[in-house]
Amino acid sequence: MATVAARELADGEVVFVGIGLPNLACNLARRTHAPNLVLIYESGAVGATPSRLPVSIGDPALVTGSLMVCGMADVFQLFLQNGRIEVGFLGGAQVDRRGSINTTVIGPYQRPKVRLPGSGGAAEIAIHAQRILIVAKLSPRAFPERVDFVTSPGQRVAKVITDKGVLERDAASGELVLAGLYPGVEVAEVRAGVGWPLQSRPRLGRLDPPTSTDLQLLREVLDPQRLYLKS
Amino acid sequence: MSLQDAVARHVRDGDVIVIEGFTHLISFAAGHEIIRQRRRDLTLCRLTPDLIYDQMIAAGCARKLVFSWAGNPGVGSLHAFRRAVEGGTLEIEEYSHFGMVARFSAGAARLPFWTLRDYAGTDLPRANRQIKSVTCPYTGEALATVPALNPDVTIVHAQRADAQGNTQIWGLLGVQKEAAFASQRVIVVVEELVDERVIRSDPNRTLIPAAIVSAVVVEPWGAHPSYAQGYYDRDNDFYVGWETISRDRAELAHYLDEFVYGVQGRAEYMAKQPRLLERLKAGEQRCAGVNYGF
Repeated sequence: MATVAARELADGEVVFVGIGLPNLACNLARRTHAPNLVLIYESGAVGATPSRLPVSIGDPALVTGSLMVCGMADVFQLFLQNGRIEVGFLGGAQVDRRGSINTTVIGPYQRPKVRLPGSGGAAEIAIHAQRILIVAKLSPRAFPERVDFVTSPGQRVAKVITDKGVLERDAASGELVLAGLYPGVEVAEVRAGVGWPLQSRPRLGRLDPPTSTDLQLLREVLDPQRLYLKS
Repeated sequence: MSLQDAVARHVRDGDVIVIEGFTHLISFAAGHEIIRQRRRDLTLCRLTPDLIYDQMIAAGCARKLVFSWAGNPGVGSLHAFRRAVEGGTLEIEEYSHFGMVARFSAGAARLPFWTLRDYAGTDLPRANRQIKSVTCPYTGEALATVPALNPDVTIVHAQRADAQGNTQIWGLLGVQKEAAFASQRVIVVVEELVDERVIRSDPNRTLIPAAIVSAVVVEPWGAHPSYAQGYYDRDNDFYVGWETISRDRAELAHYLDEFVYGVQGRAEYMAKQPRLLERLKAGEQRCAGVNYGF
């Protein structure tokens, strides 16, 4: 997932980075095909070059050696609302047919079954970043027909990178469709992980496995303690 | 002034209080002192309640929480918060980060509200009726609005200040400047007290001026387990360990007994954990320096 997400980033792009797998993907891209990627963290670090994998979005390693550190009012007003962010990375407990994301509650808002952390910057990132990439593992619970609560609207979602393949938002229908499979994965496996009748592109894209360089960077340099990598 | 005196004088039952700092410079020392002084019915406001508000909620200080992201960063849930919300014992008022930042910006500028291009297509305005909209008188565009947040007290941890309260921060700046200017009273807690000449040698680094500061307190390591750039690293192990502690009411109560109620202040808290210093003490990375001459 981290390598597939990294390949979605072009050199020189300005990326609003989330914590966890997106952060791993951005730092992998920066060390491989996109050395001029500009990483902006909502904590205020611009052009960060973290020398260790940040556990939190406000890690001190994001500050040391960055190009700029600004207050959060500037992050949201001068960078995000100003339209300076090309790619935004989001995750979520639920992603639905239209690409809307829920990170707020499972169940009704007033009487939640599970109280999740809430928006953070996710609402405004989804509204202002030019292209949204979502990273999430497939399961019918995580991919319902409709989310219980729209934290982030889906209009700008370009792709959803899952553990089995990649979904894209179809411009005409506005819904997520299967666009590519990982090697050895069948279409039925992806459909089984989604709570609506998933449509497919007429021709599915091929998603190459990680190269040996990717694996070495991920396992030995970027996440040696396996904070985010499972294997 | 001691932290004990500052909290006794400036934090009252029923107050709207803010302990800001985005991951960086969170005044755990002040939060612990508020717990020790058993303040009640507080409205706690912060973008990220973090472990400090989880502890204050568990200790019974909070009536209401105003926030935008309530998790344990990189780890998972704040379990005292979740128990209180899922059990219906804590009132919440929820925004996004931009919404909270905008509330502080309005408060700091002494405006009644702030406009932002946000929330279209989200369910947040339905969950929180305080998120409204206004029609721009110039373009006709519908813009989201959030009301000003003017806390009774804002508490800011910083690297250094002079005795008057001219306060310098470097590293992540969060929303401390706006929160302090929005507040009726401001307590500054610092790693080091410095001479006014140090402040004057580098005025661009001053975030909060003495004019708005009510009390200055020196409390080294007062932000642990969060961090102070150039002084000590974030205690990520503690944040990971909080998952186990906060999941269990009894363990959480035991933690508060030992590390909050069981100590008089930060010096004792640190003395109980002598290995923190070597484990977290910051390395050296000096800036190039600038010429302020003319």
